[in-house]
Amino acid sequence: MLELAIKGTKRYYGWMTFLLVIIGIGFLIYLKQLDFGLGITGMSRDVSWGFYIANFTFLVGVAAGGVMVVLPYYLHDYKAFGRITVLGEFLAIASVIMCLLFIIVDLGQPMRIFNVWLYPTLHSVLFWDTIVLNGYLFLNLVIGWNVLEAERNSVHYQGWLKPLIYLSIPWAVSIHTVTAYLFCGLPGRGFWLTAILAPRFLASAFAAGPSLLILLCLIIRRITNFDPGREQIQSLAKIVAYAICVNVFFFLCEVFVAFYSNIPEHMAHLKYLFVGLHGKAAYVPWMWASFSLMAVGIILTVVPATRKNEGVLAVACTVIFLGTWIDKGLGMIAGGFTPSPLHHVNEYIPTLPEIVIALAVWATGFLILTVLFKIAVGVKEEVA
Amino acid sequence: MDSSRRRVLQFFGISSLALMTRPVYNALATEGHAEKSREHIKRGEKALTAKQWAMVIDTRQFESVEDMEPLIEACNKIHNIPHFEDKRHEIKWIWEEHYHNAFPGKAAQFLSEEVENRPFLVLCNHCENPPCVRACPTQATFKRASDGIVLMDFHRCIGCRFCMAACPFGARSFNWRDPRPFIKQTDAKFPTRTKGVVEKCNFCAERLAEGKLPACVEAAEGKLAFGDLYDPDSEVRELIKTNYTIRRKQELGTEPCVYYIV
Repeated sequence: MLELAIKGTKRYYGWMTFLLVIIGIGFLIYLKQLDFGLGITGMSRDVSWGFYIANFTFLVGVAAGGVMVVLPYYLHDYKAFGRITVLGEFLAIASVIMCLLFIIVDLGQPMRIFNVWLYPTLHSVLFWDTIVLNGYLFLNLVIGWNVLEAERNSVHYQGWLKPLIYLSIPWAVSIHTVTAYLFCGLPGRGFWLTAILAPRFLASAFAAGPSLLILLCLIIRRITNFDPGREQIQSLAKIVAYAICVNVFFFLCEVFVAFYSNIPEHMAHLKYLFVGLHGKAAYVPWMWASFSLMAVGIILTVVPATRKNEGVLAVACTVIFLGTWIDKGLGMIAGGFTPSPLHHVNEYIPTLPEIVIALAVWATGFLILTVLFKIAVGVKEEVA
Repeated sequence: MDSSRRRVLQFFGISSLALMTRPVYNALATEGHAEKSREHIKRGEKALTAKQWAMVIDTRQFESVEDMEPLIEACNKIHNIPHFEDKRHEIKWIWEEHYHNAFPGKAAQFLSEEVENRPFLVLCNHCENPPCVRACPTQATFKRASDGIVLMDFHRCIGCRFCMAACPFGARSFNWRDPRPFIKQTDAKFPTRTKGVVEKCNFCAERLAEGKLPACVEAAEGKLAFGDLYDPDSEVRELIKTNYTIRRKQELGTEPCVYYIV
């Protein structure tokens, strides 16, 4: 089916060239980072993870979000989603690849990455994270590709895929759970040390992933002859509405526990993020923007009149995607490291090289996503 | 799929499976020998040994930062610790903190003026339950079974910095750039590090192997005590028995092995 990806319009090639240029620039800056070290980023002794790990965490969520089309179709036999399950699976593939790239660009010694498998360390959550992420990538590649190929040949997909499909559902939950465990099992990091971190990650994942999928469906409808379908988009929108409400609810639970218990080490991080601490307040406008965007998103997706209007829905999905990205992609990591365990407030601001490298990883993901969606849509157009 | 392509894919699939068996085999079969191979600091005949090394810091004897400088300098010198102007890139093994930073949560609003102004020496606590060792995905940081020192293998570390996130004491530093040009005078007896790896205090494992006390203890002229936590007759146990001591963030259950007499 790969041949479908190399026959495209001028616009398709233009878009791919644009992405390749960003990837190229980012790659050159990554070579610079390899040469100089991670000192070209804004990270420091106190804030030792930054933009890369934050984007990684967010994208694990987008990848897990793909299960929101797989689960209703395969478990509840919700037939409408059959049209778009492959889109969810392909989105998961592109997202997991971005996750793995973000891990690689964050390593101080990337050429030693295989030490993780040469010396398997069962008590390290990071070891398990590599297992679940690579496993999820593998599952989605095998399932997505074979189901699509079967659809192209107008036959039922192979019987042996069924157990893999069922396995992929809890596996999607596992990738974000294990990713949350990276953070929430660490003593002395009050902001992350909460049992609700994994559920909160999943809630924001099931808002962000399907939001992006809705936007992609709307784009596909506009620029191709394949219509993912109004019912499908509306069902996804309901999933987004519930998930974003639950996400904000979980956050408010955190705020209650921190401030009613009045324990300084738990309050300090939230204070730093939302009002500033010791005169450092770079994240304050971002965090308020994040929660305002999510609040707007809740109103627009919960109210039936706005949700049913696809133009408004597109706006809602955009603000939810941006809001959850700021929450997880900016606040979650920097907020956990500030103040430091010794209560120093050293602020982390990503540098330009760091941002360009991150953009290049996103561009790589979108390049893969475009190829995969081009194939999927090509098959859908063929069989229609 | 044509058959020759399938054959090639099968070949690569089986080969990569075969390659994967070795580490699995190693992990399962050499459990007992693994410890031996990690003893990369050879012990001399006069080597000092303990079940669990521990330190007692008599903070009463440190009045100002000047009292600490010789200790910190001694450590920096023999361990080739670079000096960076940019605070973000700092490497610290042993350094000075205020009471409310060394013991956050224990700092009352009103506190003995003397304690509040006293400098506190902080370093890796060589915890009995080290969260950094739990977090490390490659066992590049590990707790040496023979004497409880938490050590680093600079050649295995992949630089993921999970240990830094896990350490509740901020004891670990990362080489954000090549440290070598920033070392005042390189001591050939201790390895310099490369960019991209984590490092921290090693309780001078290389000196203990030669029968010498840690450099900071030697330079402290009695202000620091060092010994076996599980030897009831050791100097550290004696000090703990006869003085009221506190440890940093004891409530986290990591069992730090550095005690402070306040």
